[in-house]
Amino acid sequence: MDFDDTAEEAEFRAGARAFLEQHARRREPGSGLVYRAGNESPEFRQRAKAWQAKKADAGYAGITWPKEWGGRGGTAIQQVIYDQEEGKYAVPRGLFDIGLGMCIPTLCTWGTQAHRDRYARKALRGEEVWCQLFSEPAAGSDLAGLRTRADRDGDNWVVNGQKIWTSGAHYCDFGVLVARSNFAAPKHKGLTYFFLDMKSPGIEIRPIKQISGQSHFNEVFFSDVRIPDSHRLGKPGEGWKVSLTTLMNERYTIGGRASVGIEDIFELARNIELDDGPALKNAAVRDKLADWFVSSQGLKYSHFRTMTALSRGETPGPESSIGKLVNGSKLQNLAAFALDLMEQGGVLTNPELVPLAGVFQQTLMTSPSSRIAGGSDEIMRNIIAERVLGLPADVRVDKDLPFSALPTGNVKERS
Amino acid sequence: MNFDFSDDLKELREQARKFLRERCSGAVVRRVLEGPEAYDKGLWSEIAAMGWTGAAIPEAYGGVGLGHLGLCVLAEELGSALAPVPFSSSVYLATEAILAGGSEAQKRAWLPKLASGAAIGTLALAEGAGKADPRRLRTAFRNGVLSGEKLPVPDGDVADLAIVVAQGERGPVLALVDLKATGISRGAVETIDPTRSHARIAFNDTPAETLGAAGEGEALLRRVQDRAAVLFAFEQVGGAQKSLQMARDYALERYAFGRPIGSFQAIKHKLADVYVATELARSNAYYGAWALACNAPELPLAAATARISASDAFFLAAKENIQVHGGMGYTWEFDCHLYYRRAKLLSLALGSTRLWKDRLITQLETANAPL
Repeated sequence: MDFDDTAEEAEFRAGARAFLEQHARRREPGSGLVYRAGNESPEFRQRAKAWQAKKADAGYAGITWPKEWGGRGGTAIQQVIYDQEEGKYAVPRGLFDIGLGMCIPTLCTWGTQAHRDRYARKALRGEEVWCQLFSEPAAGSDLAGLRTRADRDGDNWVVNGQKIWTSGAHYCDFGVLVARSNFAAPKHKGLTYFFLDMKSPGIEIRPIKQISGQSHFNEVFFSDVRIPDSHRLGKPGEGWKVSLTTLMNERYTIGGRASVGIEDIFELARNIELDDGPALKNAAVRDKLADWFVSSQGLKYSHFRTMTALSRGETPGPESSIGKLVNGSKLQNLAAFALDLMEQGGVLTNPELVPLAGVFQQTLMTSPSSRIAGGSDEIMRNIIAERVLGLPADVRVDKDLPFSALPTGNVKERS
Repeated sequence: MNFDFSDDLKELREQARKFLRERCSGAVVRRVLEGPEAYDKGLWSEIAAMGWTGAAIPEAYGGVGLGHLGLCVLAEELGSALAPVPFSSSVYLATEAILAGGSEAQKRAWLPKLASGAAIGTLALAEGAGKADPRRLRTAFRNGVLSGEKLPVPDGDVADLAIVVAQGERGPVLALVDLKATGISRGAVETIDPTRSHARIAFNDTPAETLGAAGEGEALLRRVQDRAAVLFAFEQVGGAQKSLQMARDYALERYAFGRPIGSFQAIKHKLADVYVATELARSNAYYGAWALACNAPELPLAAATARISASDAFFLAAKENIQVHGGMGYTWEFDCHLYYRRAKLLSLALGSTRLWKDRLITQLETANAPL
């Protein structure tokens, strides 16, 4: 039992370090607290694209992709090692996660070599950015209930409907889309998968204002948008199967996001005073902090177990699936508790008036999304119960009925 | 990165699991639960014959020198099987105390007997309900004799040797007592878990000798507790895993409202939460094992983390196991209560999670602690 790299891993790490040292600047202590600020600006995107091109040219983008896709043909442990090293540097992150993590792998798996040649390399170098058009107002956890329609018209498909929660739709060049091509078939059997040019006529993009006040996501409306049949992935009606390739990669992508951490709450508890001195001396505070520390450590060492499996070329066990579930609630509770420690002053949001530049106030308002995005807590528990513990799947009353015959709810439209 | 047990140790785990499945069934545990025996003597001698009791003892003192990682693997299986033997008292506590603080003569006198299972050891700390603060103990050790009462002492009714935490002339001391000595009266006491025997021991001018250097009793006690915490954590993880397995199996077999109850999200989500707690506890226990095996400076932190995580996970798993079994889980006949009893017993054996959380934060309080 040890935490050391193998000789090959050490060599790869040294190479990654040398590349980063030459081309990037080390992150300064505490800079992690600037919580995704400015990530939406055009200036950020320019920097992200320039950095991505450098990474790709040095072979550190698409590390696990096969060579036929333009990747390195490397291993999952190499990806983990690179991410560990890159995490120490101040480089723009996150712009390509969805495209490279989900869209392009689906395109390469289900598309032709011509598709790969045309799209994969450009995406890998950050020249083209991709988004994912899956969720709908009435189809979230139950994604297969989507109702955006695709009708065949000669060599084209005509798409009408609405997607939602599309990160980056307003600046993306391409998107992957799943739509219903057959309303008479049962819901999983009537879907077809496409990719499309986001500048196609008939696409309207509206940002969604989140409870945090920010707008990371969009609604995307389709009015007679024409997609050539050559941009279909998989057969008509096979869209669900193709979607699974995309979704398999999602939880890893979402689970990896950095945010406020255990060190921040310790920092606060050391410095804020309660009746009997620093909060860190208070028994109730110590009890909470110990719980969060223990679960953070548990996740850290679960991650090490996953890395061990990857290092041996094995598929990681189910322990790798718990991170998102544990972190979501913890983040929310930790932020709420931090505000409690500030008493009524905890309601303030001006970074100059509250400890740690308001990171806890921000986290309070952003953390609900971490329990929903990429598989809600409830869906994650279902996945653990079914795939890990082998408990039966839910009874599905809608499984074999024609989609058009399914009962629908009556959620009020937003004004 | 190689954060896992070696193939040899995995093989040992398989052997241990197979042995305990055959030799330590629910019926064996119930014989101790319901009968007059303090522990299963046959099982104890077989375990000792396989070298388990001497796993962490160097060969020079009669052990098999398997090391602490091997002991962790065995602990998980013993916990899973609820083995009704004085293993934790003798191996995790008494043996570790002598290894950590014993003089050469004390090691020679006791380790071979502990290794062979011929002697059973224990650690006596508690003095009734309430926190056993080493600086406020009533049991006193002065001029080579020990006086006071310890309650409860795990396996105290059958032990041959006790490490007694007492008030010495210069602060807390660990006193090594041969329980065949004069001035001792002891008897079994009833506890929440009759599958593990406990006793009241009264010392009255009982001859004893100090373990470790003068003035270092408290530090030595901490070291022993830290080391034992990791080993207990593996027992607890074994128990949690088994409780989860029982609940999952029952949820598949039991039908209600025309479906297996395991198809209801109320049950699925409950068991998913138990799974998550158990996995986190396992990962924390692994880190504890690493720190224990290489005597890392991080051991106190790793031990506290492993202990809190495992105590919470086992109790959660055991109580939800009863819940999933419904009324059947509340019957004497089903084994759910055996795990429930053991979960609570183990979570108090080295001090409650409340104490360990405080200990954990104390270590993290320094500004440069590894968060």
